Amino acid sequence: MASRLLKNRHVLGWLEAAPLTLVLLAFLIAPIVMIVIVSFWGATEFSIYPAFQFDNYEFLFGSPVTYRVFWATLKYAFITWALTLAIGFTVAYFLAFHVRSLTMQIALFLVCTIPFWTSNIIRMISWIPFLGRNGIANQTLISWGVIDEPLEWLLYSDFSVILAFVHLYTLFMVVPIFNTMMRIDKSLLEAARDNGASGFQTLIHVILPLTKPGIMIGTIFVVTLVMGDFITVRFMSGSQRANVGRLISNDIGLLQYPSAAATAVVLLGTVLIVIAILLRFVNIRKEL
Amino acid sequence: MAILAKPKVGYSRRSLLKTGGAALAATALPAPMIWAQDTKDIVLRQFGTGVSNLNDVANKVKEDLGFTLEMTALDSDSVTQRAATQPDSFDIADIEYWICKKVWPTGNLQAMDTSKIANYDKIVGIFRSGKLTPESEIAQGTAPHTVGFVEGPGGTSFASEETGWMTLIPTIYNADTLGIRPDLIGRPIESWTELLNPEFRGKASILDISSIGIMDMAMVCEAMGEIQYGDKGNMTREEIDKTMAIFTEAKRAGQFRAFWKTFDESVNLMASGEVVIQSMWSPAITAVKSRGIPCVYQPLKEGYRSWGGGIGLSSSLSGMELDAAYEYINWYLSGWVGGYLMRQGYYSAVPETSKNFMTENEWGYWFEGKEATDVITSPTGDTLAQAGETRDGGSFYDRMGAVACWNAVMDENQYMVRKWNEFIAA
Repeated sequence: MASRLLKNRHVLGWLEAAPLTLVLLAFLIAPIVMIVIVSFWGATEFSIYPAFQFDNYEFLFGSPVTYRVFWATLKYAFITWALTLAIGFTVAYFLAFHVRSLTMQIALFLVCTIPFWTSNIIRMISWIPFLGRNGIANQTLISWGVIDEPLEWLLYSDFSVILAFVHLYTLFMVVPIFNTMMRIDKSLLEAARDNGASGFQTLIHVILPLTKPGIMIGTIFVVTLVMGDFITVRFMSGSQRANVGRLISNDIGLLQYPSAAATAVVLLGTVLIVIAILLRFVNIRKEL
Repeated sequence: MAILAKPKVGYSRRSLLKTGGAALAATALPAPMIWAQDTKDIVLRQFGTGVSNLNDVANKVKEDLGFTLEMTALDSDSVTQRAATQPDSFDIADIEYWICKKVWPTGNLQAMDTSKIANYDKIVGIFRSGKLTPESEIAQGTAPHTVGFVEGPGGTSFASEETGWMTLIPTIYNADTLGIRPDLIGRPIESWTELLNPEFRGKASILDISSIGIMDMAMVCEAMGEIQYGDKGNMTREEIDKTMAIFTEAKRAGQFRAFWKTFDESVNLMASGEVVIQSMWSPAITAVKSRGIPCVYQPLKEGYRSWGGGIGLSSSLSGMELDAAYEYINWYLSGWVGGYLMRQGYYSAVPETSKNFMTENEWGYWFEGKEATDVITSPTGDTLAQAGETRDGGSFYDRMGAVACWNAVMDENQYMVRKWNEFIAA
């Protein structure tokens, strides 16, 4: 009886899917459901109590700061995305099409990952003494005579935040793009050349369309990482700028968990909408 | 010594020998050996903010009293939360007075019988009558004596005067002001208004801890003459809104280089010259100075923003552990810890006992505001001042006598917290 049950392909299918389903239920669905529930709760100064009220959302949507902060978050995401895409695509293109030997390709690719041998935070914080008012960058520029006064906007500004983001996340763009580029059939490039396409035309009409899935995966990585970040913004702006992650982390620091949960729910919604829009452009599953 | 020889937990054989003398020890020796045995197994769990949760103290407790003190250091928000929501997770809460105001109504702490505190009469007036000297005026905010006493063992509301039942036994306190880089400013700084002076655009900073930051803001706004507060420590919503509006405008105009949240950040901002004027804590000034960079804890004419901390006992503490906790408190006030803290620039609740654990030079420099006659070093051995230097702000009475307000928790605290979050995000 039991063995027959096990041979039934429906039962077997369910059994095979069960472990992953359980893991996802416990570690993905349940926490999100919990966050949504808590976002309707109330908070006193040092405790939270169950309730069903819209206070948290009311305060969130009622404050002009919220809209500014969401706008800043999207701005960071967009600028970082544009820069990492430009740099990431160029690097991947160079690796995939200009470096001929496979050994060299692998070696150079590993070089790209060297910064990742240290922690995220260290890579970020090491910018601070470099960009500071009396930092290396300013001192060098002054000694070259390029500037007379130290540049204030180098540190604790949007510039430094975006610089750190680009530094931290470009590799997430390089890897998937490089991966898809390596899988482009080289004969397609030869065919393009034989038909008289210039290098630029080949890039635009052959390579770019074929690299789209890689670009899309990299985009999703970068956009979600930037939109969910709070520590980079805090350190690189000296707490002078804010994104949604900072809003949430401030709330948590002040023990306002329901309010933090409400902000998180809205952020989650925003990110999902952004990704849904991105997926309208490229069907990743079809192209993989 | 009769008190000590009573059969209760406490002094180990060794400290008894040291303090009690051989004659007494000879007669009482059998008994203390037994207590020492019991005492050895006692573990008291203390948690609090970093300032006084020092491993050196735990080691010294083990050495002098025989029992084990487990220390956990947390930030103020976590301390508040834990004291309020997890009464069984600690025996001793080392908290600030404004936290006490929040936590006491939960009933998680028990009142302490001052008749069991040997040095109670020597505790500084600030913590008893509220007055440093009989002529002193009581500052605004959560002044320690206003939340220092309850009517009796089970009292839930604070008493207005000394009752013999204390909520916290005061241990550490100080007067805070702005830190400046005199070499980069190059002129005298006298008022809190300088924090928002456009001259320092992009070179000022304030701390991003709402309950303390709001007080610094209030000192500035009041000094500017923009706002007259009824009580800076208990603002109305309008006062909070006005204060935040002034600072939000300054922030948008680029007045602040950065906000800091941790001790290290404040040190780095100042030492690197990113910031020349900012809210700061006393040991942070010392840390900047120890790098050879000039830094002054500038006394200002409007006065200081002060804070105080103390030890509270968990309501679940009883029996031998409770006795041990009282021993610990008595030991705390008996001078060694006080000397240790005062050599870092804080003040002890019973300065006169601490004097015995400081050199004349150290006492003169830290407490009396005199010129150092020799090099001043911290308890860990760093050089803090050279001979001939004096402490910023002068003597104990100069500094603690000029307190304008105490760190506080307001009735409108939650509103303030939300506004604070907006200010940070603005």
